[in-house]
Amino acid sequence: MTTEFPEALSCPVPKTNYDTVQMAHGAGGRLTAELIEKFFLPRFTNTILDQLDDHAIVHLPPGRLAVSTDSFVVDPIFFPGGDIGDLAINGTVNDVAMSGAQPLYLTAAFVLEEGLPLADLHRVLLSMEAAAKKAGVIIITGDTKVVNRGQCDKMFINTTGIGVVPDRINISASNLKPGDKIIVSGTIADHGMAILTTRKGLSFRSQVASDTAPLNEMVSSILNVCPEVHALRDPTRGGVATTLNEFAASSHVGILIHENRVPVKPAVRGACEVLGLDPLLVANEGKLIAVVPPEFADPVLTVMQDNTQGKDAVMLGEVTSENKNLVVMRTQMGTHRIIDMPLGEQLPRIC
Amino acid sequence: MKYLDEFRNPEIAHQILGKIRATVTRPWVIMEICGGQTHSIIRNGIDQLLPEEITLVHGPGCPVCVTPLEMIDQAIAIASRSEVIFTSFGDMLRVPGSDKDLLQVKSEGFDVRTVYSPLEAVDQARQNPGKEVVFFAVGFETTAPGNAMAIHQAAQEGLTNFSELVSHVLVPPAMEALLSSPSNRVQGYLAAGHVCAVMGWWEYEPIAEKFKVPIVPTGFEPVDILEGILLIVEQLEAGKHDVVNQYLRAVKRNGNQPAQALVNEIFEITDRKWRGIGTIPASGFQIRDQYAAFDAGRKFSVGDIHPNESPDCISGLVLQGLKKPIECPAFDKICTPQHPLGATMVSSEGACAAYYHYHKIRIPSA
Repeated sequence: MTTEFPEALSCPVPKTNYDTVQMAHGAGGRLTAELIEKFFLPRFTNTILDQLDDHAIVHLPPGRLAVSTDSFVVDPIFFPGGDIGDLAINGTVNDVAMSGAQPLYLTAAFVLEEGLPLADLHRVLLSMEAAAKKAGVIIITGDTKVVNRGQCDKMFINTTGIGVVPDRINISASNLKPGDKIIVSGTIADHGMAILTTRKGLSFRSQVASDTAPLNEMVSSILNVCPEVHALRDPTRGGVATTLNEFAASSHVGILIHENRVPVKPAVRGACEVLGLDPLLVANEGKLIAVVPPEFADPVLTVMQDNTQGKDAVMLGEVTSENKNLVVMRTQMGTHRIIDMPLGEQLPRIC
Repeated sequence: MKYLDEFRNPEIAHQILGKIRATVTRPWVIMEICGGQTHSIIRNGIDQLLPEEITLVHGPGCPVCVTPLEMIDQAIAIASRSEVIFTSFGDMLRVPGSDKDLLQVKSEGFDVRTVYSPLEAVDQARQNPGKEVVFFAVGFETTAPGNAMAIHQAAQEGLTNFSELVSHVLVPPAMEALLSSPSNRVQGYLAAGHVCAVMGWWEYEPIAEKFKVPIVPTGFEPVDILEGILLIVEQLEAGKHDVVNQYLRAVKRNGNQPAQALVNEIFEITDRKWRGIGTIPASGFQIRDQYAAFDAGRKFSVGDIHPNESPDCISGLVLQGLKKPIECPAFDKICTPQHPLGATMVSSEGACAAYYHYHKIRIPSA
């Protein structure tokens, strides 16, 4: 499922007079209209978008509005396990879902670099179409700009998502209580290492693939068995370590995790060892961390493991009243050390 | 994962700890030379497991930490030239120079790139014939063969736009310097396994004999380090001072001879300044005259840059094992990984950074 896209075979690149994106495609004239009609509309079609107004008007179910926005600038735009398109859908779907809301609508804005092959744009749009369908969201309005060659890197995508949080749900990083259990939904560091090994041209016996996936279905099933979930977050940039540190700081509690429970795929672990990186600090795009009251830990873990995205879910640790604002790991050796937030990008060591 | 899991096995580690406890009768001070070992010791909490008789002090074996400030400033001067693509291993980029680091140079619009191998830098030189590609060649004997190979390849291909800014350091002279110091308190050494994989361990035999200290080439996983400590403690308790190889799966007495031959072809031994310690005679490599065209220091004439260190930083004492990072008045106050005063706070192998990250903790009662 890496470079070959069966959909791309059954849905050829729309015919135009150009093979690549031209400045005129963003100028608002005939070529812009052609780009929208031939490339965007067939992929995202729905009654709201198809009106082609400068805005979208939607009805919302009762509850509080959840909004999240994210910009996607990943390099390379195609990587094992996904591309910038499904990342742009899943990333925002997940950010909305972590509030406890069911994501409903997305907007999508594209910045395209002059000279981008239209076949690449088509392939990205096909992934977005498939990802949106899988997550059960529709794209209701959008925008396209073209910039001169060199002013952006192939394509940037911004998506904004909205959903509605039911009244009884109250999820926040500041809700953690001593005794709560911390569950991670599966193997960590897959996305970050897929990107890094692709960039560096490193190959391993088994492919390291991104975990990009929508998590809203898993969130729904968690909330079904435990509406009292204290905190949910998808540990993207900065990895699990960053999310846990944010939780500890927001709630003024300590967090204790166990090294021998941290789930890491062998190939990902191998890549991290080779490059001198800590999987706890590496990005994920299809994982969540749930913090739940202890009495709900087992039922939540079970429903997570029943979900496709959560089959490797584990109880990673617990919230403590000691070591406030710190994340502490009990090592395999039985000792303890602090898991700090990364300063910036992890820098590979010399030796 | 083979070669990792068995050397991280808690049961084996605790068996060795039991043997250390059964052997030790008196206080001993042991130094691990290598920053990679310091990192592993702190990361795995090995210092929390050892009996109180054993004190581990952290040695000067972090290449990032001992690279003198003037080399960082020279690197910054070269990287700040519009015709240069400056390449380096990642953790050198954040080491503070006198007034900025290499990442700031990048943000100013100059071309600074992280590479994983000096051969990647040679590749950049092939792909960018109109640019000068410079690689920041720091490190101990471990990285010397790769850095020598890069120059060897560039010379064979006739590449004229590749050069290295070399600040190579050597372990045995530094060990001798530490042992010769009147304030020395180290009674046994864990030698760096990967350095020995290249150079072998025969060089340590005269040092062990001269200073009557046991020296044990040791690997980097918890079981390796504990076994290395056991091999030292057994000797100390028995009044012996031999070189005993713990890292059998990687190290031979004579090391990797083709690698040594390549290093000798490109580099020659020179006096070298160590950050925080000072100049140690015959403790570094420099590029031989016949390869001067590949020496970025000579190519860009940056040899006259000689800045002064921050007076608040005691990294020199930390690197010599005379002070622990937490004994520094600046530690975790004006000196943090976000705003490091000295290089020992920058690299994850640096003793100060290792302490900062892993040592502010109360052991959970659970």
